[in-house]
Amino acid sequence: MLDLANSFDLIIPELILTGAGLLLLLVAAWGGDQLSRPIAILAATALFGAGIALVPDLHFGTDGPQTLAFNGLLRVDSFALFAKAMIYLAAIGALIIAPAFFASPAAGEERGMRAEYPILIIFASVGMSIMVSASDFMALYLGLELNSLAAYVLAAILRKDDRSAEAGLKYFVLGALASGILLYGMSLLYGFTGGTDFATVRAGLEGDLAYGPLFGLIFVMAGLAFKIAAVPFHMWTPDVYEGAPTPVTAFFATAPKVAAVALTARVVFDVFGGQVLAWQQIVMFAALASIVFGALGAIGQENLKRLLAYSSINNVGFILLGLAVADQAGASAMLIYLFIYVAMSLGSFTALLMLRGDDGDLFETFGDIKGLAVTQPALAWCLLLFMFSLAGIPPLLGFYSKFVVFQATVEAGLVVFAAIAIAASVIGAFYYIKFVKVMFFDEPAELVTGKSGMAHWVLLALTALIISPLGYLLTPSLTDLADKAARSLFFTI
Amino acid sequence: MIGIEHYLVVGAILFVLGVLGIFINRKNVIVILMSVELILLSVNINLVAFSAFMNDLTGQIFAMMVLTVAAAEAAIGLAILVIYYRGRGTIAVDDVNQMKG
Repeated sequence: MLDLANSFDLIIPELILTGAGLLLLLVAAWGGDQLSRPIAILAATALFGAGIALVPDLHFGTDGPQTLAFNGLLRVDSFALFAKAMIYLAAIGALIIAPAFFASPAAGEERGMRAEYPILIIFASVGMSIMVSASDFMALYLGLELNSLAAYVLAAILRKDDRSAEAGLKYFVLGALASGILLYGMSLLYGFTGGTDFATVRAGLEGDLAYGPLFGLIFVMAGLAFKIAAVPFHMWTPDVYEGAPTPVTAFFATAPKVAAVALTARVVFDVFGGQVLAWQQIVMFAALASIVFGALGAIGQENLKRLLAYSSINNVGFILLGLAVADQAGASAMLIYLFIYVAMSLGSFTALLMLRGDDGDLFETFGDIKGLAVTQPALAWCLLLFMFSLAGIPPLLGFYSKFVVFQATVEAGLVVFAAIAIAASVIGAFYYIKFVKVMFFDEPAELVTGKSGMAHWVLLALTALIISPLGYLLTPSLTDLADKAARSLFFTI
Repeated sequence: MIGIEHYLVVGAILFVLGVLGIFINRKNVIVILMSVELILLSVNINLVAFSAFMNDLTGQIFAMMVLTVAAAEAAIGLAILVIYYRGRGTIAVDDVNQMKG
């Protein structure tokens, strides 16, 4: 029995965002680009409002049949709410840092933020909300495409900039290929199990896997690996991250990553929950390969955005390691890592956006930040903090996130894999520590002399505070929320 | 008698053609867009074939959704291609290399 009132009640955040997105689209159509700033503020308010709407259920935790909306198309449990909260926060961050960037010469010929930018972020957020709460392949595909289509345009939003257009083109081609692979897998699973909702597919996959469903599983996992940029499907990441405008890169590195990882977790536990051995080796391979290749690929990169792209591949490896443990502790560790990763990424990209010259132009290579500690000590120390946290050096919060993942891995008896991951993270420390050498011990290049706006400083301070040792005060409530979310993920209806 | 396996084989062939079209093609980005459509088409053949043989409507509804999304995707792909062409004056695949990939 379809209970519409209850269903609509469950998707209030999405309704707020969709309404705001459509309304702002009209405002943008009439008002044009000079209204882009109020539109961005309203969009951030809508995201904040949608986030507030999540709080009660997120706080008390929710699972079981009352979380199903629209006859089981969506499942709005604690896990989905936790992911949504992170997505909205990251989207608000991407909105806050954008106006200053688009006003700088780095934005090319077309100065000023386009009114479409906040609207596309909103639509992408709606798509991601649907992704993380999908409980049916059709809802999954709808959310994924809504997010992806908005993201392709976001990557290419600087129309006059060659690199942005190229990033958009590459992202589009590989993203479309990934969607195609994912869809092909879903069509096979539908054919061999007789349904598209997760429960039916799961029931159809009990027992020994025949070739058909096995192919379906592999195709679905490959398509998802594309979306989370895990090795061996990571090759688009450095190019897209480098070419896309920096606020868009910051968005790509945070919100869609959360959504895709949450979606993967949902699919492997809900759909392939009866075939743990089949997917566990795939996820474990992707995790370790991502950690190793992310660490190796970053060595020798001159461009900081490219370096952060490899760093994000590396971090996704650790997140997937938590997933590959395949139990509740692993899922909880994965969520904690995701939260801390979002804070670190947002902070480091904000720091990149603050590397401004006198005329407001932006710098993004190692050569430009030589001796940054002399010209901009506060910025250099914050950047240092983020890099050390990404490397997992105690007492920063980045250490805690790696610690919980390794703990879950070791407790599940996967000691060898944890050892490989630790070894690779030592390799990764090399390029994070290179920042120290360049910023503190090199002859100052005196390029980064421009001032940054208040919004950037506030966001930088906030994220730095979260990952500083003070952030450990957050861990009890974070762990509590992550545990609730992980529990609801394992709740079989 | 044409059974489900015939449809699946056609779908698989189209899918492989689409994937190869993306990776082997060195000439033109438009060909890549066509290959993407080919992949989505192969998925639709699969879905409709399964749906017909199982007497279950879900697959056909899914196919309709895939068609709709494919149209939106093609529109966005072409739009990005147009801005790319305006900037660079070429759509040859080998020239999409400003950033090392």
